[in-house]
Amino acid sequence: MNNRDMSYEAVMSRKNEIMKASLGIDFDDFIHSPITFDYERMMGETGYTHDDIARIQHETKVGNTPLFELHNLTRAVRRISPPGKGARIFLKDEAANASGSFKARRASISAYEAAAKGYRGMIAATSGNYGAAVASQAVQRGLKAIVIQEVFDSRGVGQPEIIEKGRKCEAYGAEVLKLSVGPELFYLLLRTLEETHYFNASLYTPFGIRGVESLGLEIAQQVREECGQDPDVVVITHAGGGNLTGTARGLLAAGCDDTRIVACSVDLSGLHMASDRDFNRKSFTTGHTGFGVPFATWPDRVDVPRNAARSLRYMDEYQLVTQGEVFYVTELLTKIEGIERGPAGNTSLTAAITLARQMDQDQVVVVQETEYTGAGKHHNSQLSFARENGIEVRRGDPEESVPGQSIVIPERLEQVRGKVQDMERLRNSYLKNAANHHPVDQWDEIDISFLAADLKANEDWIRQRISTLGA
Amino acid sequence: MTKILAGTWVEVEKIILTPEERAPTLPEETKKVPYVLNVSGVLLEDAEVGSPARIRTMIGRELDGILKTVNPSYTHSFGTVVPELLDIGLGEDV
Ligand SMILES: Cc1ncc(COP(=O)(O)O)c(C=O)c1O
Repeated sequence: MNNRDMSYEAVMSRKNEIMKASLGIDFDDFIHSPITFDYERMMGETGYTHDDIARIQHETKVGNTPLFELHNLTRAVRRISPPGKGARIFLKDEAANASGSFKARRASISAYEAAAKGYRGMIAATSGNYGAAVASQAVQRGLKAIVIQEVFDSRGVGQPEIIEKGRKCEAYGAEVLKLSVGPELFYLLLRTLEETHYFNASLYTPFGIRGVESLGLEIAQQVREECGQDPDVVVITHAGGGNLTGTARGLLAAGCDDTRIVACSVDLSGLHMASDRDFNRKSFTTGHTGFGVPFATWPDRVDVPRNAARSLRYMDEYQLVTQGEVFYVTELLTKIEGIERGPAGNTSLTAAITLARQMDQDQVVVVQETEYTGAGKHHNSQLSFARENGIEVRRGDPEESVPGQSIVIPERLEQVRGKVQDMERLRNSYLKNAANHHPVDQWDEIDISFLAADLKANEDWIRQRISTLGA
Repeated sequence: MTKILAGTWVEVEKIILTPEERAPTLPEETKKVPYVLNVSGVLLEDAEVGSPARIRTMIGRELDGILKTVNPSYTHSFGTVVPELLDIGLGEDV
């Protein structure tokens, strides 16, 4: 085919050239220094208005999903809350999108753009839901899709949820490249982009994130109609950060300036994401700290030169929940609200319970997504797989659980408590990473103002921190 | 060994990177195993399981690998019942 050097190092070194050809964005145009770029201009130059996005998404069965009030769950939370506490809990039913999750929003504008620019197909490297979204949007735009997915460990074993996500991609006619454990997914992505000349439907492009803004806009409008006020809190399941970034940008565009943006991830601390051994010792495939913390504290670790998903720019609070708590809440949602939904949305639902308990009864907390469920992508599948793989599963106090060793399902709703992460620590960790990419003594005023915006902090705080970072 | 006929839906396996070729910073247990790809498609010429084979994928691309599985299927399920879940949301104690 060609006689280019296909070794790991050679392909990785052609990264920039491959990216430019496969996206049509010249990132150099926006870059000021190794850490700073003109984020808003990059987002703006996608050239789509909110109306364009809504129209494009409507064409391919995306958006306008229902917002439901969870009356029974709200009542249950009030029973365990101090007098006067227990906010109204709402759920945005994103499972209603084509392909069954909010990821359809994220793929829709890329598919439109790829078709408009004359690409014949698109490629995404993903843990799964996004692959199904890309495949589903591609087929509607007459494009081919290749999905690159980490599926199995060195024994050839994959957990049920991952297998199901791969199935769904193939169901929509995609070619699925199923891989063993490792970060070399990116290498294979570059190779495949080079071979096919397809569009790089990365999760982290401006097109992807702008597509999620409609989710925030819809929430603002629906909550205003239903409650006559803005949402007090929106809880967002957080991994790579696009879900949070896009939703928050949409809320801000709608004028919800006082809405508190709360991230939530499943706590998988102690498990290594590139470990062949740990791969099947976790019962969540996304929305967990293995992605959530590293992506928050250094977004530019992705498959595009600058990441459009920048969660700390918008995040006010970060809640952690345990695997057992989410499984409990998933079962509770099914039994008392009469709907079955998948793990990712139920992660933020779990945090919403903790938050609602502390909020007044007339306040509104919105869980901003659900995702589809079914064989494999179901708490019973994941728990039974965990048990077969030697993980202890029992009822008790979730605080006693150890990721990779035990899953402790609460005995009562009261034991669903979650845990707050220290935002200051996250911001400091981001700054340390920034210093590693660009020595502190070379930071100029533009860098400092970018860092302040990127951390939702003020410039004085950044200046204070500089001394401790050691120039 | 039996010949698998061209036109059969199969899965091939391919080593993308040997342990020596893999990314530099990996945990020990990952570093010592190869980076492996599995992909499904229609077999283009008769072949035996375990021998080289060429397939056409769902989108029409042709790829090579070692023939691994005939009629690769999805059999994932809801798993064995997890009794610990059954009483959640029943009765007073929600
Ligand atoms: C259904 C669903 N919800 C939430 C997330 C988390 O989104 P993000 O990676 O943008 O933080 C994912 C992504 O992995 C997802 O598939």
